[in-house]
Formats: sequence, C-alpha cells, structure tokens
Amino acid sequence: MSKSPNILLPALGVTGIVLGGAYGLMTRGYKADEAELARAQAQAAQAQLVEQQAMASDLKTQIALVQDTAKAKIAELEARPVVSASLTAPAPERDGAFGLGREALPEEIAAWDVDVLPDGRGLPVGTGNAYDGEELFADKCAACHGDFAEGVDNWPVLAGGFDTLGDEDPVKTVGSYWPHLSTVYDYVYRSMPFGEAGTLSPDETYAIVAYILYSNDLIDDEFELTNENLGAFEMPNKDGFVIDDRPETEYAAWSTEPCMSNCKEEVTVTMRSVFLVNTPEDGGSESVMNNATVDGLPSFSASGAAFIPEPEAKPEPEVQVAAVEAPVDESAALIKAGEKVFKKCKACHEVGAGAKNKSGPQLNALMGRTIGGIDGFKYSNAFNAAAEEGRVWDEASLSEFLAKPKAYMKGTKMSFSGLKKEKDLEAITAYLASFAE
Amino acid sequence: MDEMHKPSRRAFLRGGAAIAAGTVAGGASAQSADPLITDVQEWASITGVGVDETPYGMPIEFESHVVRRNVEWLTASPISSINFTPIHALEGTITPQGCAFERHHSGAIEMRKEDYRLMINGLVDKSLVFTYADLERLPRENHVYFCECAANTGMEWAGAQLNGVQFTHGMIHNMEYTGVPLRALLNEAGLSAAGDLKDKWVYVEGADASSNGRSIPMEKALDDVLVAFKANGEALRMEHGYPVRLVVPGWEGNMWVKWLRRVEVSDSPTESREETSKYTDVLEDGTARKWTWVMDAKSVITSPSPQMPITHGKGPLVISGLAWSGHGQITRVDVSKDGGITWETARLGKQGDTKALTRFYHDVDWDGAPMLLQARAMDETGYVQPTKEQLRDTRGENSVYHNNCIQTWYVNAEGIAENVEVS
Repeated sequence: MSKSPNILLPALGVTGIVLGGAYGLMTRGYKADEAELARAQAQAAQAQLVEQQAMASDLKTQIALVQDTAKAKIAELEARPVVSASLTAPAPERDGAFGLGREALPEEIAAWDVDVLPDGRGLPVGTGNAYDGEELFADKCAACHGDFAEGVDNWPVLAGGFDTLGDEDPVKTVGSYWPHLSTVYDYVYRSMPFGEAGTLSPDETYAIVAYILYSNDLIDDEFELTNENLGAFEMPNKDGFVIDDRPETEYAAWSTEPCMSNCKEEVTVTMRSVFLVNTPEDGGSESVMNNATVDGLPSFSASGAAFIPEPEAKPEPEVQVAAVEAPVDESAALIKAGEKVFKKCKACHEVGAGAKNKSGPQLNALMGRTIGGIDGFKYSNAFNAAAEEGRVWDEASLSEFLAKPKAYMKGTKMSFSGLKKEKDLEAITAYLASFAE
Repeated sequence: MDEMHKPSRRAFLRGGAAIAAGTVAGGASAQSADPLITDVQEWASITGVGVDETPYGMPIEFESHVVRRNVEWLTASPISSINFTPIHALEGTITPQGCAFERHHSGAIEMRKEDYRLMINGLVDKSLVFTYADLERLPRENHVYFCECAANTGMEWAGAQLNGVQFTHGMIHNMEYTGVPLRALLNEAGLSAAGDLKDKWVYVEGADASSNGRSIPMEKALDDVLVAFKANGEALRMEHGYPVRLVVPGWEGNMWVKWLRRVEVSDSPTESREETSKYTDVLEDGTARKWTWVMDAKSVITSPSPQMPITHGKGPLVISGLAWSGHGQITRVDVSKDGGITWETARLGKQGDTKALTRFYHDVDWDGAPMLLQARAMDETGYVQPTKEQLRDTRGENSVYHNNCIQTWYVNAEGIAENVEVS
C-alpha cells in the first residue's frame, strides 16, 4: 500500500512527508474530510514543487508522480464506503433459504417441545393429587424446599406469603406470587428435582404440583389435578402483574436536560456501606459488617467538602513477616487443598465443630460411619438400602462416590455431578478424614 | 548472586518512599539514585521463559487478584448462583472471557460441538434441526454488546450494601460476538405458517438441566438477536454457554440463553418461571412489572472506587468509568465530585457503539479534599440515568431487578473510597 510514497520520500524530502501525512489519513473514518485534506495537501505539495522547479527541472516528472499518487489517494478515499459502528456489514440474506439444517422428526420435537402455556396447551395427559404428592415431595423436593414447602436454608420458599407483596420484605411463593399454574407444572417437569431434572413422569408432576397447591391451602388433598383442569386453575396473584410501563412512567420524566451546577444546596452522607468486602487471595469474598457511622463526615456544598476530617482510626496494620519456608507437610497441604474443594459441598453439608445436618447430612467422623447412618436424616432409598447392608464409608468408597455420585449411588438426592480431577478427590477425602470426631 | 544485584525488599521500599516524597512536594524529585535503575536487576541479566511455556497464556501472577468473585451468602448453592466481573481492575471496554461474570441455574455444563443440536419448531413451515457445523455455513456477523444481569446492583435497592464496584456493578460483561442472526435461522424454517408476525413470539430454551427458557417478541427476534458461537475471537467459554449461546442486545442477561437448544415460534409467551416468579419487578403496592426486558442507561465510576483507592496523593487523577444503555448509544456522561451539586462532562473513550460498554474518563487535579464521586449517563434517546431517590419514588425498594441508579463513592482525604448514599 505505502510503496509509492516510500520511493518518493528520499527524492522529495519535505514534500514526501506532507504526502505521507495524507497517507496517514487513510486510517481515519471521515472520508469527505479526508478527501478535502488530501486535496489541500496535494496542492501544497505542488506549490512547493513549483518553487523547486527552477533549481531542478527534472523534478517535473516527479511532480506528476506526486499528483498522480494524490489523485489516486483521493479517488480511493472517495470510493470507500462510510464506516459505521458495526464491525461487519449485515449478513446477506436470500429470498429462498440456504437449505441448511434437516427436518426435525416428530419424536424429536416431542422429546424437546414440552413447555406448557398458561392456558394449558402443551400439557401431557395425566393426573395427580396432593395425597400422592406429599410422599413424592418428601422424597424428591423436601431436602431443599422443606417438608411443608417452607424452604430450607436459602432455598426457595414455595408456600405462604399471602398479602406480603406490598410489605417491606415480600415473601414471593408459588401461592402468593406466581400468576399461572402452568408455570409450576412446566418448571417442575422440565427443571426439577435439582440435579435430577427430567426424571419425573407426568403423573408424578401433577401430584407434586397438587401438593404445592395444597401446602398453599389452595386445594384440598382429594382434588385431582389433571391436564383437563390445570389450565383453567386461577392463581391468587393472576392479576398482580402489569406489562413494562417504564416508557410511560419513567422515560418521559427522566429525559430532560440535566442540571449542571448548583443542583442542590448541600449534600450529606446518609448511609455508609453495610458490609465491607474483603477479597482473599484464594478467591471469593468475605463480607464483614461495617461499623463506621456517618458522624464526622463532612457535608458538601458547591465549594466542596465543609472540612477535612481526621483520618479514621484504623486497625494496626499486620506486620509483614518475611515468608519462612514452611516445612514440607504433604498431608497438611492436601487437607488445605481439600478445604478449598469442600466449597463445592458447603451449600448442603457442614463439617467440623458443631456441624449440623442441612439439606445434606453433617460429615464429622465420616470414615467408618455406616453409609446412610445419621439418625433422623432423611436419606434416599439407595442410602437406606446401603445402611441395611451395613456398608461403611472408607476412603475408597467415598472417592468412588464423589467421582460420580449418581452412578455409585443410583437414586441419591445429592445434586452434585461429581469431582472430575483425581487430585480433588484425594484432597476432599483427606480433608473429610481429618474430622475424626 | 551478588548481594548488590538482588532486588531486595529494602531497596524496593526505598524506591517507593522516594516517589511518595516527591508527590507531596508537587513534582517528583529523587533524593537518592533508584536501585531499580542503577543496579542490574535479575530480569535484566538472566534469561526469561521460553516460548510455548504456557501454550494458552494466563495473566501474570501479579494480577492474580483480578478474578471473578462471588458473595457466598447471596445464594443457596454455587451451582445456582452468580459471581462478579472485576470491573474495578479492567480498562477499555472488552471484558476478557476468563473474568467475565457467570450466572448458572443448574451449573455450567460441558458439551462437545459434535453433540450440539439446535431445533427450530412451532409455527414454522418446516421444523428444523441444525448442527454446529450447519451454523458455521450461514453468513455471520460480529458485534460488540454488553450483557448485564437484571439483578446487577439489585442488592443496593435497600441502601448501600456491598463495598466494591465489582460487587455492586460486576454482573456485566462486554464482548465481541461472532454469530448468525436469529432471523436467518427462522428464515430457513420459514415463517409463513406464523401468519401476521406482529403478535408472535419465540420461546428460547437452553440444553442444561435448568433448561432456562424465555419468551422474546418476534419483532426483537427478527431485529438484532444473534445465535453466537465465538466471543472475543475465540470459542465461548463453558461458563458462557459453549458451544452456542443467544445474544439479545440491550436486554437483560437472563434472556441470553446459554447452550441454546431450541427456538419455538408461538402465538403467545410461555410465561416460564424465569419470566414470572423471577425477573419481574415488585413495586411498592405489591403489583409487579413483567416483560421489563431493556436495560436502561447506567454508568459507574470504576476507579477510584472501594477496591481502587487513590494511592498517589494530590495532583493529577484519572477518574475512569463505564457507561451503557440497552436503548442504543451513550451520548454523554457527566461526573460530579460533590455528590451531585456540580457536574462536569466527561470524555468518552470511544463513541458510536450501540448497546455496548462505553469507557469514560474525567481527568482532574485532586486537591486532597474529600469527594462524593458520581457519574450520570445519557443515551441517544435523551434518557438521563436516575438517582436512587427517583427510582425509589417510582418503584419502592423491592424491585430487586433493574436498579440503574447513580452510584456514589465517598472518597476521604486519604484516598479511600466507600459505597455510600447521599441526601
């Protein structure tokens, strides 16, 4: 591209640089300006060359060269399309299709097209009641949602919360918030149970949905929910939604020329961050309550902060001790690595001092424990069977279980897909083994 | 190695002290020669790492703090959870994939391209199945778009909560996507069967266990929605939907279905879980807005911010931030240092991108006095980013989603910034 100016440069000196400038313009976006500039610069180049003519008549041919190059440049710039913000021109379309893809078979569509519309279209034939649903719910849902759909830990509450939507802390449940029953069926059938999605039969799904309605006091335990009546079932909050009205309620009011100066008399800090957030080296974050108050902070006016407060008392900085090479202790390192891996388990399991059952059993003294052996914890049938057989956890069985939980313990409620890395398995096993008590 | 040549901690501290002293004086002046210059450093003497040491390079260890981070107590399980982009430590506009926030409903799945199938069905002339290889044969486009979770800044409705722009505003990323317009795929299946397209919808659904699904009006589906298979020049990351995700420019991130497996043309919205029980915005009276798809104009100062204190004392200070709008281009960003009494117009880093992050800068001389830093974005529609007060007056405090308020950082005389609310 830049061949001709390079050739001209040594011969023309200053003129060549001017032309080089015109060349540099190529990289800019505004072709009309560029063309104009290039034209002006070509003229300047020409004027200079005219001056030099008397001293070197053979420059004439070179002037012609410069002019030709400049003309070519102008033509090139003018021929360039206007550059827009998009990175590519729109993809070309064809009147007909490209003929790509193949026709979907009916059984393929049937397998994937299972979403249910509010009027009940898409529901498979089936029936279920809360009486049957209760047992299914206890077995498949209660680990996270609680026996009475009241929610465990941070998992969703499914029942109650009526008349709280306007409160300071609304409780949005299936009963209090969801506008369509179709959504419950659709979601449970396709996406639940968590970690075992797509395993419920239509009848099981109708029964679980009926149980959720029952725990919201919306039906009695004999009500048969079917594909015939589900679409017509009216949820309490069916009229609780309005379609996005921001264009009317907000956009017009918030699209006026904004204030630039003396917009307020005075500004004060009314609230400081509730949490300070530490960011440890090994990832994640730690939220710590912020005890600082707004007392002692300056107010602000158009002339800035009213005063400069004394520095707030800070905790003594930790003394940085030169890192001493720690004695190599492989098992300690492995346990430490295991602690990190355990983060994946923490949502459902506790281990260590005071560990309690959460949606999964507590894991103290796991090695040597009977599989499914914590009294009072609701295990899946697979675990109960293992307990009856008297099987116990050891490093080998635990490692095999955690590599592929659902393969090792078919029917487990643990919604974890497994640890793929051998070193993670070693580490987690070592970590859990370290809690002997 | 010769003791003199070791880059010792003492020497490093000496060098740092000299610089700090110079700053106070108003212009840098060294009191003693900087050993980083006068001593031959190890890196200037011995050889470095050879090529191919890391066939796919990672950031240097000194940047290992620039990572996505979660706030564990926000959700019940990391498998159905979210983390935050370290926007405080990034510059420019493009988010590297490796630190772009993740949001999963049933965890990120590993799917091979060979196992990928995309079905187009419903009110189409011919239901079709595409393989990944099929998608690569359709004309493709490249576009830079932001993806913001509707819950970004959601914690802050009830007050200043989390001290860090990564945590208040980090549910956002901005990438250059390569993909096929959704309209091209719909055209392959044929839309004659759908009749009048005005009141039609597409329902889009993912292949993971959550099979997250959302309804999108046909008008949007035929406009700028992309079926994307590359981001920032390389394959999508697993956590962002490898091998194929939907890109719905300017609209809430939940609609950008990952592991896209099905697009169904229908005559009504599905009203799935994620568009009824979630991603609807409860107002003060208990009614809720639904179909609030567009992410309104928003901006935030990324530095200084709680994770990016001013460490250099008074003098030249670069205030850097991000602005974006789901309605189109950012046309202006104003910055206030006094909590909104006085505003000055910032310099936009790059103009012309639509529904993409815009970087802005405000270059000031800091006098060392406390500041209340704010940024306020305007987009091509003339919309001005609202204050928290304006939002609360209209919506109350329980909307969870779509909080695009003006953010305030209190910067004290030591340069430390904190998330605050102001009168």
